[in-house]
Amino acid sequence: MPASKPTDADDRGFAVYVHWPFCLSKCPYCDFNSHVRDRVDQAAWRLALLAQFDHFAGLLSPRRVDSIFFGGGTPSLMPADTVAAVIDRIAGHWPLERSAEITLEANPTSAEAARFRGYSGAGVNRLSLGVQALHDDDLRRLGRGHDVAEALAALEAAAAVFDRLSFDLIYARPGQTPAAWRAELARAIGLARGHLSLYQLTIERGTAFHGTVPPPDADLAAELYEVTQESCEVAGLPAYEISNHAAKGQESRHNLVYWRYGDYLGLGPGAHGRLMLDGQRRALANLRSPEAWLDAVRGGGDGLDGDVPLDIDDRAAEMLMLGLRLRRGLSTAAFAAEVGRPLEQWLDSDRLRRLSDGGLIEIGEGSLRATAAGRQVLDGVLAELLA
Amino acid sequence: MTDLSHIRNFSIIAHIDHGKSTLADRLIEQCGGLESREMQEQVLDSMELERERGITIKAQTVRLNYHARDGQDYILNLIDTPGHVDFSYEVNRSLAACEGSLLVVDASQGVEAQTLANVYQATDNDHEIVPVLNKIDLPAAEPERIREQIEEVIGIDASEAIPISAKTGQGIEEVLEALVHRLPPPAGDGEAPLKALLVDSWYDAYLGVIVLLRIIDGRLAKGMRVRLMGTDSRHLIEQVGVFTPKLTHVEALNPGEIGYFTASIKDVSETRVGDTVTEDRRPTAAALAGFKPAVSVVFCGLFPVDADDYEDLRESLARLKLNDASFQYEMETSPALGFGFRCGFLGLLHMEIVQQRLEREFNLDLITTAPSVIYRVHLRDGEMLEIHNPVDMPDPTQIERIEEPWIKATILVPDDYLGQVLKLCEERRGTQINLTYAGSRAMVEYRLPLNEVVFDFYDRLKSVSRGYASFDYQLADYQPENLVKMSILVNHEPVDALAMIVHASRAEQRGRALCERLKDLIPRQLFAIAIQAAIGGRIIARETVRALRKDVTAKCYGGDVTRKRKLLEKQKAGKKRMRSFGKVEIPQEAFIAALRTGE
Repeated sequence: MPASKPTDADDRGFAVYVHWPFCLSKCPYCDFNSHVRDRVDQAAWRLALLAQFDHFAGLLSPRRVDSIFFGGGTPSLMPADTVAAVIDRIAGHWPLERSAEITLEANPTSAEAARFRGYSGAGVNRLSLGVQALHDDDLRRLGRGHDVAEALAALEAAAAVFDRLSFDLIYARPGQTPAAWRAELARAIGLARGHLSLYQLTIERGTAFHGTVPPPDADLAAELYEVTQESCEVAGLPAYEISNHAAKGQESRHNLVYWRYGDYLGLGPGAHGRLMLDGQRRALANLRSPEAWLDAVRGGGDGLDGDVPLDIDDRAAEMLMLGLRLRRGLSTAAFAAEVGRPLEQWLDSDRLRRLSDGGLIEIGEGSLRATAAGRQVLDGVLAELLA
Repeated sequence: MTDLSHIRNFSIIAHIDHGKSTLADRLIEQCGGLESREMQEQVLDSMELERERGITIKAQTVRLNYHARDGQDYILNLIDTPGHVDFSYEVNRSLAACEGSLLVVDASQGVEAQTLANVYQATDNDHEIVPVLNKIDLPAAEPERIREQIEEVIGIDASEAIPISAKTGQGIEEVLEALVHRLPPPAGDGEAPLKALLVDSWYDAYLGVIVLLRIIDGRLAKGMRVRLMGTDSRHLIEQVGVFTPKLTHVEALNPGEIGYFTASIKDVSETRVGDTVTEDRRPTAAALAGFKPAVSVVFCGLFPVDADDYEDLRESLARLKLNDASFQYEMETSPALGFGFRCGFLGLLHMEIVQQRLEREFNLDLITTAPSVIYRVHLRDGEMLEIHNPVDMPDPTQIERIEEPWIKATILVPDDYLGQVLKLCEERRGTQINLTYAGSRAMVEYRLPLNEVVFDFYDRLKSVSRGYASFDYQLADYQPENLVKMSILVNHEPVDALAMIVHASRAEQRGRALCERLKDLIPRQLFAIAIQAAIGGRIIARETVRALRKDVTAKCYGGDVTRKRKLLEKQKAGKKRMRSFGKVEIPQEAFIAALRTGE
């Protein structure tokens, strides 16, 4: 297939990610770039986020923005006027799609629920709530600052304000049985408003859980994953990605930009970007430390820690790693456009055949996708494909 | 020139740890061979490994100048001997160069199996034997009991055994006096044509090959042209000397003396142990009987863990071979392990030592395949093949019978552990020949198949007897047995490196153990992996490595992909040596681990 000009299939989109690095407390499982600070100079942070945006906006070609996402940390600790200022600055520079998705992650505490209207007024049209568990003891063990009742109230409040709403749960928690998870999930599905993110607990290096909480047993983890797929499928919330489930049309447009390997700009400490700059695809990473990032940007710098060009091998690998997470798989046209060679030529045909004979991948019309069985062992499939 | 009556040539026979090297140190010290600042423990064991393991691998020699109580000066030549069964041919040539031996026995531990074999070799060489009871300073020493034991077990007169402590120096002078008065002086004719026994030779980077020899008749001097009668090679003598233990020049070597010469010889293969050295223009009429060449009895494959080290391994083997003519090697290619060598050794210890020297002195990381012995495979067409590599085994339909080597083993063990030792021997298909007692120690003789002994027998013997059993063996004969080649199959394809020849009665047990071990070592993969042990087409054991059920990262968003990609690249680099079996690839580490863990 020749590398042709982008088609609809290659419309991977463009998104802006804004990282708010502060939390009231650090959760013991969390390895994100989050920090606890007594006080935050809100004015300085607002100006810095805007300054970093201005810096990159000046370098980039005209774009159409499909999504803005406020993540963290805990972005529901952000003053609404900061959120508004960032959205306005982006919208003032580039046309915002009419259907543009503007998401903010929030903790389901009563204090934060009180700010929902403010965020809505700032332009946020989708909320992602970190519910994590519908089980009080487990919420405590996970270090969450809310209980189930508070989370349910926050969900209710959010539903009254936002058209689109998602919440997260963590499963394979210590001691969780498949039966208990099935029941909890059924309850969650009843509460869902079209989108659920269901993550298996992973024990990451550098977290409080590391070395103290054993990682879930492989066979139990498999069973819990299977329960998740089955329950959501039946409920009309099929997985469109490994850990993300949505009713038709409710998929996160923002995250689809990542998984389709579109361009994205990262603002704030530790945020990553993938940008086409001067005809070269580049991987950018901001300084991780909040103070270092703030000082750099305030001093007129770009706030970057790393800025490396991605070669064809890197881009092919990243595109496969991300694209195969989607149920729809990856567009062969998009791959050819990114890498300059058709997918079938890029990949080892013996390995491809082994995986497809083994029922783990499917090569379809215009796409390469991992089957349900293949997605369940995707890391192994990728290791095989990219070996 | 010292006349013959003032020369004594002797060696020391002792079990490991019974104090041979310490005694040698004391004798050297007493005779002033080395200044005290030059003394270090185990002077004669120059190899690092020898010091560390307390064993002697190569024969060493030293000339001692002793001023005896009778007021006369004597030259005492000590030829140190290796103490282990694997090196018995080295023991034999050391003994052949002497007239007598000190038999050193630990006064608390008593006679061990190895000592026994060496004493018999010494008596075969008509040696006068002087028993020495060492370590009498220890509270546990029972010199009287051990004296009796020597008489009972070995059957020699021990009434004049000398009690000593090599550690404290007690009794050392008595030993020196006994050497002078109890050992016979050498015989020889100084006027006769040169006739000398080549005892050992080794390569020195500065001097070329150094030849250790014992003069029987005649005289060896610098500038003489000598002939090595066996290889018919001629050399001009450049340097003649003795070991004090430092290399020390002398003008000439005379009958009865032990010393060395150098002659710019480049290759030790020209200087065969046991050869007769004579003068080229006035040769001796009859050559000495010489020794049987050392034969390899244990074989294994040696492969570099990192394929890039193959050339280094080849060079290291060549360099090692320079000083150890007793081991042999040839190139071998294994689909599972890559390029390597098939090596033959004198025994298990020899194998272990070569391996360790390669790893240590040459800095190589090695994989060793299961040790094997030489099988005689008789084919239906009457042909007989000697096979030591399971890969070379012909198709079973062509085989009429297979014979395997048997040994006669002697084990000395305290009564308390006898039951365990007998059980072990029975498990290894042994047949008891004899069982006798000396005090509370049993001496048991067994016929055992060598292939059962090369397979961790020493380790098991040590563990069932808590280290108290000692073991010695000699090859007995070949005997037809129901032997089979067992293959290990991964996804129905044979793994050459894991194939072995085993007795049919033991195949299933070994096969099952190996399959189980592999099952634990092979990581779960995308597809199930069948591991089987088979004899011909018959499967005798099977295990399955189940397919992975779940292996996927829960979260992967814009910020995570760099890290995940790097992780994948790292994984990829770590798995560069993979071997395909149908749909799956098995990391070579799994096979290496299977070989390393043993049974």
